[in-house]
Amino acid sequence: MNITIVGAGKIGRAIIESLIKEGHDISVIDQDSKVIEFLNNSYDLMCVCGNGINIENLEAISMKNCNLFVACTGSDEHNMLSCLLARSLGAKYTVARVRNSEYAGDTLSYIKQQLDISMIFNADLITAQTIYNNLKFPSAIKYETFSGRKFELAELTIKDDSMFADKALSKIKSQFDISFLICYVKREDVGVVIPGGDFTLRSGDKIGLVASPLEMQALLKRMDVLQKKVKNVMILGASRSAVYLANMLAANSYRVRILEVNQEKTRHLYDVLDDSVDVVNADGSKSDILTEEGIDSQDSFVALTGLDEENILIAYHAMNMGVPKVIAKVNQDTYADISGKLGVDCVISPNHLTADLIVKYARALNTTLESKIETLYSLMNGAVEALEFVVSADFKQTGVKLKDIKLKSNILIAGIIRSNKTIIPNGNDVIQLGDHVIVIAKEQKLSDLSDILL
Amino acid sequence: MNSKLVFNTLGKVILIEVLFMLLPLLIAIGYRESSVISFVITIAIASIAGGALVLFCKPKEKNTFLKDGTAIVVLSWIVMSIIGCLPFVISGEIPNFFDAFFETVSGFTTTGASIVPNVEVMSHGILFWRSLTHWLGGMGVLVFVLAVSSKGQNKTMNILKAEMPGPSVEKISPKAATTARILYTIYLALTFTEVAFLLFGGMPLFEAFVHAFGTAGTGGFGVKADSIGGYSSYLQWVITIFMLLFGVSFNFYFLLLLKNFKAFLKCNELWLYTGVFLVASVLIGFNIYPLYNSVADSARLSCFQVASIVTTTGFATADFNVWPQLSRSILLLLMFLGGCAGSTAGGLKMSRVVILCQSVKNEIRRNVRPRSVTNVKLNGKNIDESMERSVISYFAIYVIIHIVITLLISFEPFDFETNFTAVVSCINNIGPGLSQVGPASNFAGYTAFSKCLLSIAMLMGRLEIYPLLMVVYPEFWSKRSR
Repeated sequence: MNITIVGAGKIGRAIIESLIKEGHDISVIDQDSKVIEFLNNSYDLMCVCGNGINIENLEAISMKNCNLFVACTGSDEHNMLSCLLARSLGAKYTVARVRNSEYAGDTLSYIKQQLDISMIFNADLITAQTIYNNLKFPSAIKYETFSGRKFELAELTIKDDSMFADKALSKIKSQFDISFLICYVKREDVGVVIPGGDFTLRSGDKIGLVASPLEMQALLKRMDVLQKKVKNVMILGASRSAVYLANMLAANSYRVRILEVNQEKTRHLYDVLDDSVDVVNADGSKSDILTEEGIDSQDSFVALTGLDEENILIAYHAMNMGVPKVIAKVNQDTYADISGKLGVDCVISPNHLTADLIVKYARALNTTLESKIETLYSLMNGAVEALEFVVSADFKQTGVKLKDIKLKSNILIAGIIRSNKTIIPNGNDVIQLGDHVIVIAKEQKLSDLSDILL
Repeated sequence: MNSKLVFNTLGKVILIEVLFMLLPLLIAIGYRESSVISFVITIAIASIAGGALVLFCKPKEKNTFLKDGTAIVVLSWIVMSIIGCLPFVISGEIPNFFDAFFETVSGFTTTGASIVPNVEVMSHGILFWRSLTHWLGGMGVLVFVLAVSSKGQNKTMNILKAEMPGPSVEKISPKAATTARILYTIYLALTFTEVAFLLFGGMPLFEAFVHAFGTAGTGGFGVKADSIGGYSSYLQWVITIFMLLFGVSFNFYFLLLLKNFKAFLKCNELWLYTGVFLVASVLIGFNIYPLYNSVADSARLSCFQVASIVTTTGFATADFNVWPQLSRSILLLLMFLGGCAGSTAGGLKMSRVVILCQSVKNEIRRNVRPRSVTNVKLNGKNIDESMERSVISYFAIYVIIHIVITLLISFEPFDFETNFTAVVSCINNIGPGLSQVGPASNFAGYTAFSKCLLSIAMLMGRLEIYPLLMVVYPEFWSKRSR
């Protein structure tokens, strides 16, 4: 598919990298010749150095053949105008990034409709939503939901004293009367695997669990890793995503405190923040200030400054101060690994979140069939993906027992949602028309449910 | 350095060469010639070597970093030339290894300088292979490897950059593999068009192909002792036009295909190229008029020779060595210019000349008015300072290489004009020089040492000097960096 991307900043570059891995033909427009040179030397793509609103630059890429146009510069108006031009020049689908919180609600949908933009995304809002989900579910490193919360995926680290340690999966399963599935395991020396029944877990492994919400709660309780609900949240840095997050939390009657070092910024905060949010003008990187602001009495700490290094280190400090749930915003992959080694394993990367969104969108465009992707989560740095499909008539294996369906290797059917009922499938279950199917795939790019078949 | 990746790609290059060698083998079989056996032996050796490299060197890291890319290109060109010269040696038609190596390098680098005293006695298979090397080397074997291996790899630009001539490589499609495929399609289409035109003019099929290969790669190997001189004036004009066409950047043709005439008109490189051709043809035409006493003849001869030299092809329709001094000087000057960047031509390239001229003009302007702000434009786009600087330093090293190699071969018993033009013609991938290496004579008189040196000069000209200098730079082989 021909995809054009305008603006190769942090987010743009993450999108470019993910889409190149998908095998698309990428063209990039950016104004900075240094960035263009870097891209040209690092990736297999075509670059145009210039402004994305310039028709000449757009035509140099031939918009008529462009299937997807993504504008993700730092300027909202630039993005929208680029999308408008690209669309009128023949681009099939356009996607614009917005940052300004003014562009929301009715304004946004009006703009979207008038400019004929296919999708508008707000990276800060996506980040805030993901962090919010994680805070609602503090026991896991990572927590994702499928199909309106009917099915959940949680990522955990196996500790030394865990009842899972040194046991084979088949044995673990017989130990519980709860239905759940361990769908992927990451171990330092082997990488990520989709485990079979004879796989033995070790301490230090990161595992992905799927179950229905109720059973997930029960399971975590039995495992003794269930943490008490978060009530107090301390947020470091009043970035855009911090504001979204604080408002989301406040609306759900959490107690939120924001620490921001820049005085100018704190003044402006009262225009956009819910009144119940407590804003403190202080340097959160100093430990005595954190103590004074009561870090040891917080249930959770979220580091959302613009610097990865600062986020990791302060999050690490907060963890040592005894905060039960610590989340850090980290954009660089190498830093995310280091952060995990320090024990701050709950990291959120806005770049990856947005890239996942665009990848999912592109894959859905790529298939002409109807069993399209409902949800896509890329996990473990993109080594595995969890996808949700709705089964439509073009999936030919409906009604066939799962053990008789020939699947590709490294594919796992992790769950089936059938009219409010959640099924953790075994070999005798069948996929029916209208089901939601959750698939775990390693090193594969699925865009349609039929892709899982051999 | 990722030696496994380098050797794996080297293996692929060898296998591609084997694939192309099947063509002359078929020709040799068709003409029932004894050279069949030499091709069979070479193909056997090369396919074993290439297959082993591809099978046993499986790289883990698939990204081609800058050093890997350079090493791949330099090694490929050397290995390719060694394998390519085996048929000449084994068949005994060029028994001396160094002669055969010189001839093959001259073929792949599209130089067209020859040590063969009489081409007319050589067998068809060997002649076909000799010209096919032009066609292959013109666009580049690695570009071909890229075109046929479709796997998604990042950083392949590091190979393209080292093999494609010109100060910068512009992609015409997002993927390098697609770009390579488009370029080869245009190349193939133009070649077959020329074959059709040549056949129409009554040239035999075999000769039509050989000359089309020579023109397409801007090489210059022919099958006749007098090069193109014996053919009809229609055929000479056809070759003149196609030489000029192959001297134009292939990206321009792509712009034409896309009907993007606006961008096409902005190409100042193309204007310079056309201008140089017209001015030089007119000057030489007037200068040689007294020799031929016919407007048609002197126009045809001067146009042909100017096209042949400016595109660095090296075909000849007349012995320009006996032309008046003015014409000889103009031709010598043209040798340095070369065709457009992104074409199969050698030389300094028009785009560099465009940049250099503007740089000099700007320097003068800055001296006269120190506060003035200047810029350099190429094909309608401003170029940044780093590119301007790299073009200037390329020019410096280009001049130095000429001087050094001329000095090194000065012990040969030839006059200065012979030695100097031999070096110029090799570095700029032209073929004939002046005086005793003129179009009517050849390079056979040089010693093995000088032939090796001139082979290196040809490789330097084709790969644009830096890759070859990089591999002899000690830090290149250091394991501490990629």
